[in-house]
Amino acid sequence: MSHSTAATLRIRKLPSPARIGVYAFLISAAAFFVLPLYIMLVTSVKSMEEIQLGNIFALPISFTIEPWRAAWSSACTGVACEGIRGGFLNSLAITIPSTILPILFGALNGYALSFWRPRGANLLFAVLMMGAFIPVQVMMFPLVRILAMLGLFSSLPGIVLVHLVFSMPVMTLLFRNYYASIPQELFKAARIDGGGFLRIFFQLMLPMSVPIIIVATIMQVTGVWNDYILGLVFAGRDNLPMTVQLNNVINTTTGVRLYNVNMAATILTSLAPLTIYFISGRWFVRGIAAGAVKG
Amino acid sequence: MANVSIRNLSVSLGDNEIINNLDLDVTEGEFLVLLGPSGCGKSTLLHSIAGLNEVADGTIEIGGQDMTWADPSQRNIGMVFQSYALYPTMTVERNMSFALRIKGMPAAEIEHRVRQAAEILHLEPLLKRKPSQLSGGQCQRVAIGRALVREAGVFLFDEPLSNLDAKLRTELRRELKLLHKRLRSTMIYVTHDQVDAMTLANRIVVMRNGCILQIGAPSEVYEKPENLFVAGFLGTPGMNFINGKLAVTAGTTAFVAMPLNLDLSGYAFRQPPTAGRAVTLGIRPEHIRIVPQGSLQGVICLVEPMGNHQIVWIDCCGNMISSIVHGVIEYRPDQPVRFDIDGSKASLFDQAGEQRL
Repeated sequence: MSHSTAATLRIRKLPSPARIGVYAFLISAAAFFVLPLYIMLVTSVKSMEEIQLGNIFALPISFTIEPWRAAWSSACTGVACEGIRGGFLNSLAITIPSTILPILFGALNGYALSFWRPRGANLLFAVLMMGAFIPVQVMMFPLVRILAMLGLFSSLPGIVLVHLVFSMPVMTLLFRNYYASIPQELFKAARIDGGGFLRIFFQLMLPMSVPIIIVATIMQVTGVWNDYILGLVFAGRDNLPMTVQLNNVINTTTGVRLYNVNMAATILTSLAPLTIYFISGRWFVRGIAAGAVKG
Repeated sequence: MANVSIRNLSVSLGDNEIINNLDLDVTEGEFLVLLGPSGCGKSTLLHSIAGLNEVADGTIEIGGQDMTWADPSQRNIGMVFQSYALYPTMTVERNMSFALRIKGMPAAEIEHRVRQAAEILHLEPLLKRKPSQLSGGQCQRVAIGRALVREAGVFLFDEPLSNLDAKLRTELRRELKLLHKRLRSTMIYVTHDQVDAMTLANRIVVMRNGCILQIGAPSEVYEKPENLFVAGFLGTPGMNFINGKLAVTAGTTAFVAMPLNLDLSGYAFRQPPTAGRAVTLGIRPEHIRIVPQGSLQGVICLVEPMGNHQIVWIDCCGNMISSIVHGVIEYRPDQPVRFDIDGSKASLFDQAGEQRL
């Protein structure tokens, strides 16, 4: 008997073939995502001479942060050679209002649809959701005409408005589903206590919405920061976001292709969403789970 | 304090007509209980009084003022919900003061009212807590306190005890009754629990399918139910029903369902009885007395001991009849017994219309 327990113990210490398979899969999947990042990081701290040796997996022989400095402040984006610093500030200026406003309006929409249920609310919501399935490109030209008519084309308010409009379906859906899980009686109690439309929203519903606001922030920040086509078309020359500037840096075709600068610029551009993910990964999962259960 | 007067009320939710042409008067200071099975429209009626449902037709007056279309906050009401509906992000204190803060009442007055309500409901130690840190009973007391601070004319309760366990229910039920005794305010209370209704109400309104079947004091509704449904809904165990016929001989009326022959000379008929009419006899279990010289006989098939009394189920010619027995005699299944039925305490219903005769 003692012999057999010893045998099971020994077997337990060795991973089963299934487990080995799982780990092999996970490691290769991780490598799939980590290797490009590794190559980017390594390349960005090498000098061009070193890169031209062709050992893309090798660690740098002489470490340099010069490409990063160049990418930030002196790389050429077309004619101007001021790096992507300006793009970073533009992206910030676009992303901050394009996150706050859609969340505010999305929450307001979701609240109105879930609790006040005006006549035709379901129809309105259905139409809004259809908007989410129409490709952006279809609406591009009419939208350019409309914004030009309003005098908002090629301006910061213009690009923010475009982001606001395109994010409405998803933001509304997110908040509507979140509010659907809040009991109606809570709303009714607040109505009896004398709360009006805005007071119930700001004093009761919004403080209860922290998890879903975090989810919405993550979605909005990454979405707006990574946007290319809308920024290119609507932002105008002075407000071009970082993604557009990055493209210009990489596609500027005078002289040698500066791989190290390109890599540094790319990492710099992706830093904002990356930071958001690192800080809020935990919240993201929690919020998605909370929002997805009901409705 | 305020009275409530409802005239010709009709309420529809979507395409379903929930309440059709209903009249109801609630007098000042009354504790009125709306009782009925789920889906009978009692909650809808309460929500209509609160202004949370749109009314299709009719009028609702509160304190002599037409409130049919008034905003819920203008109706001078306080409401307590089954799920407590406490604002989760606010402390107990801020939950209770929410309505007063909206009204823009001076801080000192708010403070005074909240303290007073907290004292009545024993909530003083909990004022700084969030609802998530409270038990169910405490939550419901906070919800009552939230209605209390508004010093409303009418208090509306929507099944407030249904989420609580049995012990808390009885405790809070007693507290509610004491509260009503102390405040003397008008209270309308919705429940499907007959014990709530019997113990709390000045008057019970029994509803089914959006209609009022009977309004009366608890004893009246219990002892003289208007129809078969009310008779069966109240009481545990339920009223015993036996189908039979009326027999009229030489001025005395009897209920006959062979071999049962019950003299009904003590029964107050509403209309002269007609011989041969098909009727249902209803008798409460406590009006069936097991006695050695009883005129009827049967066999005990089940005994349910309840501590201070026992429920004895007697098989009498295919009818299962329950009897509540107090006292120390122990009955066993399969034991033959003799029993009597008190005809003056019985209820008779027409089999066709199910109405009281």
